[in-house]
Amino acid sequence: MALLEVRDLRVEFGIQDGTVKAVDGVSFDLEPGDSLGLVGESGCGKTTTALAIMGLLPANGRVSSGSIKLNGEELTTLSKKEMRLHRWRDLSIIFQGAMNALNPVQRVGDQVREPILLHEPGVSYKEANRRVSRLFELVGIEPERKKRYPHEFSGGMRQRAMIAMALACNPKIVIGDEPTTALDVMVQAQILELLERLRAELGLAIILITHDLSVVAETCTRALVMYAGQLAETGTTVDLHDRPLHPYTGRLIGSVPDIDGPRDLGAGIPGRPPDLADPPPGCRFNPRCDHAMAVCVERYPEPRSFGAGHAVACHAVDEAGRLRAPRELPVLPSAVAVLEAERRAAEIADAMLAEPVA
Amino acid sequence: MNAIRGLGRSIGRAWPLFRRSRPGVVGLAILAFFVLLAFAGPFVVGPIDGPGKYPLLLDPSAEHLFGTDRAGRDLFRTFVQSAQVSMIVGIVASALSMVIGATVGIVAGFTGGRTDGGLMRVTDLFYVLPTLVLAVVLTAILGPSMSNVILVIAITSWPGTARIIRAQTLSVRQRAFIARARAYGAGNSRIMLKHVLPNVFSLILANTTLTIGSAIFLETTLSFLGVGVKDTWSWGRMLEESFSAGALTLGKWVWFVPPGLAVVLVIVAFTLMGQAFDEILDPRLRRRDGADRGEAGPDGDLGGEPLGGLLPVAVDQR
Repeated sequence: MALLEVRDLRVEFGIQDGTVKAVDGVSFDLEPGDSLGLVGESGCGKTTTALAIMGLLPANGRVSSGSIKLNGEELTTLSKKEMRLHRWRDLSIIFQGAMNALNPVQRVGDQVREPILLHEPGVSYKEANRRVSRLFELVGIEPERKKRYPHEFSGGMRQRAMIAMALACNPKIVIGDEPTTALDVMVQAQILELLERLRAELGLAIILITHDLSVVAETCTRALVMYAGQLAETGTTVDLHDRPLHPYTGRLIGSVPDIDGPRDLGAGIPGRPPDLADPPPGCRFNPRCDHAMAVCVERYPEPRSFGAGHAVACHAVDEAGRLRAPRELPVLPSAVAVLEAERRAAEIADAMLAEPVA
Repeated sequence: MNAIRGLGRSIGRAWPLFRRSRPGVVGLAILAFFVLLAFAGPFVVGPIDGPGKYPLLLDPSAEHLFGTDRAGRDLFRTFVQSAQVSMIVGIVASALSMVIGATVGIVAGFTGGRTDGGLMRVTDLFYVLPTLVLAVVLTAILGPSMSNVILVIAITSWPGTARIIRAQTLSVRQRAFIARARAYGAGNSRIMLKHVLPNVFSLILANTTLTIGSAIFLETTLSFLGVGVKDTWSWGRMLEESFSAGALTLGKWVWFVPPGLAVVLVIVAFTLMGQAFDEILDPRLRRRDGADRGEAGPDGDLGGEPLGGLLPVAVDQR
């Protein structure tokens, strides 16, 4: 039994005209000491998955099916009050945007202390203050800074304080929702290092939500690539990087410029993510995929496993675990269009790079 | 407690800024004079005289600075004693009105939905009723004691505050730290008390200084109309007395000029201070002398902190 088991999770949001299927069939396991990256474009359901696990979906969102089990206990059916008991003691979250997640008129130490006082009623103020000092040391801030206000902290320190706050009640799982976005690269590296150290020291399981593949490669042992709310591919970061099977994963990795490679803009992915209120049928990536076949429009490909936790949801991957090239497939006209668009984009990019604009 | 400690700290940090504002300092000086007069003065001059202690309607002299009134009371003594009542009524009434206004504003703005709608309709009701008429009717019903006058002023003057605080709460509510507090399990009342209130506190403070002035004015008006404090003396009651005694035709200007002038000066003092607070709280209104010397950060470098959060933040810019 895994620490956290997510099975076929589906989340819907009620909007004015219909429902948005923000997460559609996501499954994964998390063991103590794991670090799992949730990767995908904006709006692909990463944060929604995290909020569903935390039981913090906004009022118009709900888990429509699937299960989330923490140590075997089903979380999706818990009442708000019962969920509150788990939050922070078992599961906690480091929020996006440390700049705004701290109350500007409250001392940082008091803010870090608040979850302790709320969740552990037996703890005295004095004891809680001592724990805040230890938490500050743990995340690398001098404990004297407890008495300071958020505006007296740098961006990196605020993010550290947010991490301290997430750790306040000794959770088993910490979800980092873009914890390094809006920080400069140096600070970003420090924060990731800190998370890695905490994972090793405290045996935390970490779920890292990010759109930055380099962050995932650096920090996570495993990753889950999502596209438009669906699972595309999951596996170890090494597998995903060296042997991506899903065309989307391949293109995602291909769009990161290579510092040693040719001086180009990267291939990119033509088109734009679909409207989740009215997603394309079958595999949601099919309108942008150069491997799209008739079957891709008909049904969503069930994820198939290719050993060592590497699973992929794609019709174009053959039984041997190899992505067939478009010329081997009876591709759809839309896939041809994608290939053509890509070829022209590459030409334009080449032309731009060849003749720098004055 | 947090809010109070934070307030003390904010005031401590705001002082250097306040000192730079000339209107603020002038206002504070005027106010300090009247506070001294109101709270130390009575011990110096002694209690108000009973009727007939001195000859009636004496002119000002060394012995009777403002002369005496038609019942033979020393007017200077009455004036000093009245100051205390006027100030207490003004301050207590506006403090009470602030508590009502801030509570209604925060609860309405934070809770939203039907509660918000309901509370705001009640606020609108009080807002559209002519304050003076409502106050006169209420005092007539409740009776003209000092506590009733305070109550009436508080009841009639909170709606404006409630609206301002609600607006600010709506913006604070949207900020990420509120979602965070909710995530770790803080309930509504805790969030309102620990996160929203401290963020709107500076606004409440600035608003209070303005309300005190109008509360004193309303008290004076009520007394002048004869429905104000009756069991003790206030500036308004002095004005009413002088009016009904025909002091103007008698040429007894010392009877009505000092209390009238005092009311005006106190209101001006509070307005000036309110203006200074406004400048401190809103960096756009702040004079740029700091920036000219290259001390302050570039314009708009406040990280999008709304007004409520500005006090500590803004001060730190210096």
